[in-house]
Amino acid sequence: MATTSPAVAPKPADAARVATSAPPAGLGGQQAESEVVAFDIKNFSLWYGPRQALQDVTIKLPAHKVTAIIGPSGCGKSTFLRALNRMHELTPGTRLEGSLHHFGQSLYGPNIQAQAIRRRIGMVFQKSNPFPTMSIAENVLVGLRLNGVRDRAVLQSRLEESLRMAALWDEVKDTLNRPGTSLSGGQQQRLCIARSLAVQPETLLMDEPCSALDPIATAKIEDLIQTLRSKYTVVIVTHNMQQAARCSDRTAFFYLGKLIEFGETRKIFTTPSRPRSEAYVSGRFG
Amino acid sequence: MEESPYLPTAANARWRDFTSAAVTGVLVVCALFVIAPLFLVIYFLLKQGASALDWNFFTQLPRPTGVVGGGMANAIWGTITLLVLAAAFGVPLGVLGGIYLAEYGSDRVNGWLRFSADVLNGVPSIVWGMVVYLVLVVPFKTFSAYAGAAALGLMMIPLVMRTTEEVLILVPQSYREAALALGVARWKMIMVIVVRTALKGIATGVIVAMARIAGETAPLLFTALGNNFWAHSLKEPIAALPLQIFAYAISPYDDWHRQAWAGALVLMALILALNILVRVFSRDRRHIS
Repeated sequence: MATTSPAVAPKPADAARVATSAPPAGLGGQQAESEVVAFDIKNFSLWYGPRQALQDVTIKLPAHKVTAIIGPSGCGKSTFLRALNRMHELTPGTRLEGSLHHFGQSLYGPNIQAQAIRRRIGMVFQKSNPFPTMSIAENVLVGLRLNGVRDRAVLQSRLEESLRMAALWDEVKDTLNRPGTSLSGGQQQRLCIARSLAVQPETLLMDEPCSALDPIATAKIEDLIQTLRSKYTVVIVTHNMQQAARCSDRTAFFYLGKLIEFGETRKIFTTPSRPRSEAYVSGRFG
Repeated sequence: MEESPYLPTAANARWRDFTSAAVTGVLVVCALFVIAPLFLVIYFLLKQGASALDWNFFTQLPRPTGVVGGGMANAIWGTITLLVLAAAFGVPLGVLGGIYLAEYGSDRVNGWLRFSADVLNGVPSIVWGMVVYLVLVVPFKTFSAYAGAAALGLMMIPLVMRTTEEVLILVPQSYREAALALGVARWKMIMVIVVRTALKGIATGVIVAMARIAGETAPLLFTALGNNFWAHSLKEPIAALPLQIFAYAISPYDDWHRQAWAGALVLMALILALNILVRVFSRDRRHIS
């Protein structure tokens, strides 16, 4: 089941550069004057059994920015996202090569625990999935409680803080004990975002978080993503190119498992340098 | 409008109505056949057993034949004791086995486990009794409640294991992913998210298993043995409703026959109560462990 090939160790020069520019992991890194790199990925390939899903991806995703990953279905963008916090390991038979670093720390290595990585790199899924047995409050706090936080004052403050950050507090503050599943679809998705934020990750991965939502709920999540940028690094996979254009700073275009183009969102959508990306963002294929 | 080629002709429509009614009729009859035995059982139990049922039945020990009155208090209590003891080790082992099957085991190991469980489910209950007799009765030189409970509990394990596995598999993968993405340890994710989501289904499986073993007589014949008096400890032979019903039903005495019917009625009611109780209990338990 464990499919990690030994990750290539960061080259010394590279590690040094990251170490000087990246804030120590765990502090979350408050300022980002110059380009702090959140994910430093080199020659990354991934296979599902015999099928290669990602080919030789090399990319540096900036910290405290929103990076959108676009591309047609099956291009590997979800696979790429799931590899960033090792969620792909739930799929049996995966294998990967290359090096992935998150704020200078290797994500794949002999002694690295996926569990520890996922605490630092949270994930929001396409379909909202609040736990059906839990109330709104319990859903937000479950990550903390299962990681051993017992202090009531801490839980209480984190509850409010997370729900406020997810722009849900005002809507649910009087119904915190109602089931999480009693909320509307958009609210449920914001609840899931609050749940992810409660464990205070540094990075939030979002896998098409709005694809099941109506335009109003989508607009709320997009606004939310803008505010999240101040504290978190956000990587969002989306099918919706307007969404990528609206709410991201950088855009990566994947096609057939390869990274075709990566750059400032404005540039990708106005003057892409590759014909393939131009065709895609202008809607001629995909 | 009547020219539309999509409308059935009158003959066509009549034929359809006829086949529809005929098939519906057959299905209704089948459904009646399915539920009829249940009502027959309840009807006969009430008819034959209710007359012998009084307060004494629940409070008194069996009396010798010819002596009026007496009850099955020891057998009722014995059955409850045996069920609790059996569940005390059958349910945890079965549930944990089910969790292993659904969440951990590799395909190869699981194949063997499922096969073994299915074979065990098919083992005749009297064989369980004989095995436990050899293992727990012969070495300790006494029939006992422990031995009876062991036989019943062993029967529960494969039943609970398979139903637990089935309901755990039904828990959507997205819940597991959501919990893991919070950096939660896998076993905590399984216990708090997966098992709790499936709790009602697991409880139902446990009830089904308990209801199944509550009426078992054969595994108790050489293990719990039966007892016309109170068992003073779990190391002694203990009475059980099915054993008592069996003993009374094959006796030649009319008043014992009536008592057997009453015992059967109580056994049914006990199983029914068990169902209702655990369902109510499992309906909403929402607090984080």
